[in-house]
Amino acid sequence: MSNPENLQYTKEHEWVLVEGDVATIGITAYAAEKLGDVVFVDLPKVGTATTYMKICGEIESTKSVGELYAPLDGEVVAINDGVVATPETVNSDPFGAGWLIKVRFTNLPELMTAAEYDELTGEA
Amino acid sequence: MPQTPLHAEHALLGASFTDFGGWEMPVRYTSDLAEHQAVREAAGLFDISHMAEIFVSGPEAASFLDYALVIQSSAIAAGKAKYALICNEAGGIIDDLIVYRLGEEEFLVIANAGNRHQVVAALIERAKSMNFNGVEDRSDDFALLAVQGPKATELLQTIVATDLSTLPYYSIATGDIDGVSGYLCRTGYTGEDGFEVLVPTESAVQVFNALVSAGITPCGLAARDTLRLEAGMPLYGHELNLDVTPYQAGFGRVVRLDRAEDFVGKAALETLAKIEPEKVLVGLTGEGKRAARAEYKIFSEDTEIGEITSGALSPTLGFPVAMGYVAKEHSAIGSEVSVDIRGTRLPMTVVKLPFYKRK
Repeated sequence: MSNPENLQYTKEHEWVLVEGDVATIGITAYAAEKLGDVVFVDLPKVGTATTYMKICGEIESTKSVGELYAPLDGEVVAINDGVVATPETVNSDPFGAGWLIKVRFTNLPELMTAAEYDELTGEA
Repeated sequence: MPQTPLHAEHALLGASFTDFGGWEMPVRYTSDLAEHQAVREAAGLFDISHMAEIFVSGPEAASFLDYALVIQSSAIAAGKAKYALICNEAGGIIDDLIVYRLGEEEFLVIANAGNRHQVVAALIERAKSMNFNGVEDRSDDFALLAVQGPKATELLQTIVATDLSTLPYYSIATGDIDGVSGYLCRTGYTGEDGFEVLVPTESAVQVFNALVSAGITPCGLAARDTLRLEAGMPLYGHELNLDVTPYQAGFGRVVRLDRAEDFVGKAALETLAKIEPEKVLVGLTGEGKRAARAEYKIFSEDTEIGEITSGALSPTLGFPVAMGYVAKEHSAIGSEVSVDIRGTRLPMTVVKLPFYKRK
């Protein structure tokens, strides 16, 4: 699966969609594929403060545990209840219905472009 | 890193690979949950060609194995198999094995991939001490394919001449598999009925593809691990290692102390059999969805009493299952313990193994 051009990326394999001062965050198809079937997601509560590149959640597959790193400083304004109920959505639609949290950010750090992320994951 | 003769077939099927026992093996093709389910409900196909095939032959083959392993191989009837351990002098487990008796003077020993060289070296050393020279590591000559699940026999039968219904559990027979001469072993590592099929390396691709065409779902090691865990089967390097004795691992019954002849580890095992082990292997179940995984610590109140060796959210049962070693006094069925899951203590209960048993 190719990495959408309209998203930004972290080296920890999160994607970020910036709309105004709110960022929607998920994990990339590459990360989901590496994890295997996701069976449990542990997301921060709405209102939790996030810190750039600090762990704010966990994504568990049958085989391993992946950490969700906050790609920016801010406050969680929404979590995806759909993905909590059906974690496999992270595998089936990582860039869409498999989004994890929305964060109202205070500043926007420099993140990777799709092309840069492609290079990181060897998909270029 | 070594690859099995089927590596290219796995890649064509879209497999992701992982390092297992020093081998590059398929971890999953599409979804490990779907592969797990295929084995529980229909039939799955595993490439386990990384495992070692050691042939032991000659007039002294049976008495040699009686000395080299903790089981009494001479008591196995031709065409039958037995689960075995190979221990060191201290009673520590070098590997767990399946021993098949092919004939009066010929045995096949299957060892784990990661222990191949240790097992072969130990067997050869033990053979030397008896002036026996019938140990031959033929791992590179064979591919091993496991066909497992409630439909495994029916689907395998479509490419096999032998009537599979005549082969009981834990038996072995030579057979014609898609026109290839090999061995059919009614054994497995999933908790389901099925066969392990041994064919010459050069025929591996043909037989593998014939099994896929017969409708058997290729499955990776991720599914194999959750299947064996549900079935309460140990994995060397997790439940078993050199520092674990058969009595801790619940395999006291495998060790045949009640025989006249000496065997490697016998003196130590006789002593160990009489004392209560400090820690023993137990099964644990929990609630919710968070798995207790290998190396997580087990507690009673605030006292650390053990460690998880394998654990996952059981795909079949829907709740967390794990195996681990706990202090003997907390090992009774029904004991309540807790496991530190990355900073959070979650309750788990000691239960009888296996977690899953086929109907």
